[in-house]
Amino acid sequence: MADQADVITYREAVAEGIARELRRDPSVVCLGEDIGAAGGVFKTTQGLFAEFGKERIWDTPISEQAILGVAMGAAMTGMRPVAEIMFSDFFACCWDYLANEIPKMRYMTGGQVMVPLVVRTANGGGLGFGAQHSQAVENWALAIPGLKIAAPSTPADVIGLMAAAIRSDDPVVFFEHKGLFASKGPAAPEGHLVELGRAAVVREGSDVTLVGLAATVPLALAAAGRLAEDGISAEVVDLRCLVPLDMAAVLESVRRTSRLVIVEENPYQGGWGGTVASVVADEGFELLDAPVRRVAAACVPLPFAEVLEQQVIPTVDTVTAAVRALTAY
Amino acid sequence: MTAAGAGTGAQTGVDAGISAQELLGLYEQMAVIRGTEKAAHDLFLAGLVKGTTHLAAGHEAVAVGASAALRPDDYVFATYRGHHHAMARGASPTECLAELMSKGTGLCRAKGGSMHLTKASAGMLGSYAIVGAHLPLAAGAAWSARLRGSGQVAVAFFGDGATNIGAFHEALNLAAVWKLPVLFICENNLYMEYTPIGDVTAVANPAADRAAGYRLPAEIVDGNDVVLVRDAVARAADRARSGAGPTVLEAKTYRHFGHSRTDPASYRPAEEVEQWLSRDPLDLARARLGALGVPAESVAAADERVTRIVQEAVAEAKAAPGPDPAEALTDVWADGGSAWRT
Repeated sequence: MADQADVITYREAVAEGIARELRRDPSVVCLGEDIGAAGGVFKTTQGLFAEFGKERIWDTPISEQAILGVAMGAAMTGMRPVAEIMFSDFFACCWDYLANEIPKMRYMTGGQVMVPLVVRTANGGGLGFGAQHSQAVENWALAIPGLKIAAPSTPADVIGLMAAAIRSDDPVVFFEHKGLFASKGPAAPEGHLVELGRAAVVREGSDVTLVGLAATVPLALAAAGRLAEDGISAEVVDLRCLVPLDMAAVLESVRRTSRLVIVEENPYQGGWGGTVASVVADEGFELLDAPVRRVAAACVPLPFAEVLEQQVIPTVDTVTAAVRALTAY
Repeated sequence: MTAAGAGTGAQTGVDAGISAQELLGLYEQMAVIRGTEKAAHDLFLAGLVKGTTHLAAGHEAVAVGASAALRPDDYVFATYRGHHHAMARGASPTECLAELMSKGTGLCRAKGGSMHLTKASAGMLGSYAIVGAHLPLAAGAAWSARLRGSGQVAVAFFGDGATNIGAFHEALNLAAVWKLPVLFICENNLYMEYTPIGDVTAVANPAADRAAGYRLPAEIVDGNDVVLVRDAVARAADRARSGAGPTVLEAKTYRHFGHSRTDPASYRPAEEVEQWLSRDPLDLARARLGALGVPAESVAAADERVTRIVQEAVAEAKAAPGPDPAEALTDVWADGGSAWRT
């Protein structure tokens, strides 16, 4: 257990990760709603305005199209913008930029232009914000060739993946999970960098592989702890990124365990687990001793009341139930 | 006359003075664009250009006049009707036609097509086919120029139809608040696709009349007069470089072809078409050349050069090889590839 001085919250890690890159590279610049003196509605940019000032940290109007469009234009002309879209639900307000502009520019110009920017956003449920501020929409981004996608589960990974995302010459959508902002973990050493597209085995096991992303990683770990009491040994793989998708790590884990449960917060309908499952079906069928199971959100809008929300998104109970059914197969 | 506010942009009467030599050069550029657009039309009818085209014949003075007022390192963002901007910024007719004809030697190596002509090395940062999407991009390039202290300006060219989409308004507001060195230049050709812009817009001058809502200066300019366009853009660019912020220019112009492909534009009244064709930007430039004392033989010699340039471009583009099929899977990522998984 790290002592208190070496522990940082996920929320603080966001600001720390950005600050390290702002110090390192003068072409890094931030923009978004309330990110300046206010420090962000989730306080994820706290301290940046004080340290870097208004020429690096830019408050914008509530204009999501302008935020991403301006970031893209700046990225095409020598800057490395870090744009915040306050809630990932608001991607729908600027979807043209995420679906048609940012990911296609390099390709449709025959490689003439690069778009090195990061779109940060607060994603996911668990805080009771209702249907328009709680969705897990990482599958929206996964539907678009040309976007890299990071979704860290720990403070150290926030810092390491933020460094990789900002230094990437490709556009990166960076999902910060609202339900994890208050979580704590070991601080990352100076210079910490987590390469995009490298999953981590965060708990080793031999009976079943649980694949998670962002908030479903601690969920899977909690489920694995409970399953261990029953003698079931679960391995937990934190994908960390959806693009590049580290299928080699998933297949390697399934080779050891022969069972796969995918735990995802986005809806089953069109969720990222479908892509993971299809690759395993294509390339890992002979590794499996049981069907692949997906524990995903129900295909409904996110309800407001906690008791209802818990019916919709994955919980430790639903994950352990899925694993038990599978190990009994 | 730079008018601060809505609806006050009377036509400028200033003749800033242009040398015969410079004007002849601008005339020749416009004529090359006209010839290339006609060739593109013929190649489309012959089945050698696939997909679609949105020809800019009639709009030449906007692109050539603006380009004449800009620095080589300034940024230009255009729409899917953007062939004229690519050529005005230095793309050759050959590489434009090759792109339209799906050739590997095309501007975008046959991955963009007519609607996405781009020549980044000349500051022509793309042609965008989602209406209005590129206005924030131009603001972003201007923001970048300001952050880097480069003294560059960025220009977004857009159609009248773009003034009714949200990105137009978001871009104008943010650019005004941040005082960005960006020019918003509307090519008002009176029709959003097939519908008169006046039928679907609450103000008479769709771009200029909106500027006041963002406390931006606006100017209406005769978009068929290359000299007046050049002068208006020069004023706006000076203003932007001085740190005074964006300007909205509305260039009144007219397209000689339909909206796209083989659209005959039968929704336009014959008298209107006739009136605008009588103000062809090439004719206006010829008249100015005559007034400057340029002999008719010099203009005829320019026309001959243009005919040869366009004929050679068509022949070269036709003869060029198609793209390597393997190119379909390149250029998604900065490493040149398209791998999305391990």
